[in-house]
Amino acid sequence: MDVSVITSNFKFLILQGLIGIGPFIGGTLRLAIPAILFGFVLGIFVGLARLAQAPWIRMPATMYVEFFRGVPLVMVIFWIWFIIPQLLRLPIPEYGVALTAFVIFEAAYFGEIVRAGVQSVPRGQVEAATALGMTGTKTMAYVVLPQALKNMVPSLVTQMIVLFKDTSLASIIGYVDLTKAAQIVNNREIKPFQIYIFIAIVYWLCTYSMSVFARRLERRAA
Amino acid sequence: MNYTFKWSVLWTGESGRWLLQGLLTTLELSALAWVLAVALGILAGALRTVRFTPLRWAATSYVEFFRNVPLLVWMFFWYFGVPPLLPRGIQDWLFNHGAEFWAGMLALGVYHGARISEVIRSGIQSIPRTQFEASVAIGLTTFQSYRLIILPVALRLIVPPATNESLNLLKNSSVALTISVAELTFQTRQIETYTAKAIEALTAGTLIYLVLCLSIATIMAKVERRYAIPGLIARVGPAA
Repeated sequence: MDVSVITSNFKFLILQGLIGIGPFIGGTLRLAIPAILFGFVLGIFVGLARLAQAPWIRMPATMYVEFFRGVPLVMVIFWIWFIIPQLLRLPIPEYGVALTAFVIFEAAYFGEIVRAGVQSVPRGQVEAATALGMTGTKTMAYVVLPQALKNMVPSLVTQMIVLFKDTSLASIIGYVDLTKAAQIVNNREIKPFQIYIFIAIVYWLCTYSMSVFARRLERRAA
Repeated sequence: MNYTFKWSVLWTGESGRWLLQGLLTTLELSALAWVLAVALGILAGALRTVRFTPLRWAATSYVEFFRNVPLLVWMFFWYFGVPPLLPRGIQDWLFNHGAEFWAGMLALGVYHGARISEVIRSGIQSIPRTQFEASVAIGLTTFQSYRLIILPVALRLIVPPATNESLNLLKNSSVALTISVAELTFQTRQIETYTAKAIEALTAGTLIYLVLCLSIATIMAKVERRYAIPGLIARVGPAA
């Protein structure tokens, strides 16, 4: 099979598509890394809010999670694409639209992971911290969350891999990530089989190394 | 915000028919892909637990490769990458018979088959090994003990994570709009293009997805209670 199409476009696919160095504002990694970070941070708030005693905090958080888990990500991307320019009355680059959509959407999933992680910490830990005279916030920050985090690692990494794969959907609105870069190359070269198998392998190498890393992390945490 | 709402675009003109057609295509695409995914999932999930190495290895490579690559890439692969390799006659036939639908169905089914197999594998592995040994001891073959003992119990255990994964499949069918399958999200975009009323069109599409997902989840919660194995509290974890 003729793979010259890959060797001659290797630099464009990897530098522009995967990393984001090149003529376009793009890159799968440039989108995935901040989306994971901000999505997780927002997810912590969502997850803790779902566990709150006060119903006026708990109910909106529950609705947030149920809503975004019942809607396709593609739909959310289109929402952000139309709504934000309307609200701010100025055009937003694809990068901003995609990042906003991913953070809002994935926070619902990260929130569920955080909630499950916090609930996996034995109740006695909270009681012991209270008995020592710690405040609620301190108990959460120094006793519950560190232990919860350890329990969350496997599902967190799974979700990060899901998010990493989901970033390919940003190509729908024209963001030049790895998938869009492959489309650009394919429009010029018309070698779809080779090109799409190649980016499948690139995606696979990234996600598989994430899961190998996670397994090592788990073994060390255990 | 400078936007005039005009909700009537949803029931005047072609919109209603488009939405209904989109919904039907989404359901058809998801249902066919689901059947394929469950068949592949049971096969690969079961093979990953057998002792015979080549079969286990083949199933593992299928699962690890297909579920770790974005669905969108698989859509492009099955729609643009595979047909040129087929003989000319088959290509012509395919493109006259809705090739995008079948490519989308294959992409969804093969991708989610790999994911569902993980659910099934964790279900099988949660059954004590002694069950298998006992069924061999009473004279069943490996195939019989899987078919009569292990799979029936495993399938009842995995109702919650399997529901979750089936809903993921339904939501992911929206990705097929990238290869121009006229499913629900595609039709929502079409209404928006024709009427220039983005918020109304998106609201309609979003509500249909929400109602669909929430009602399936409610029904499956009933099924879960109905088929729960008495005396067991252990639940199989969510899909990895």
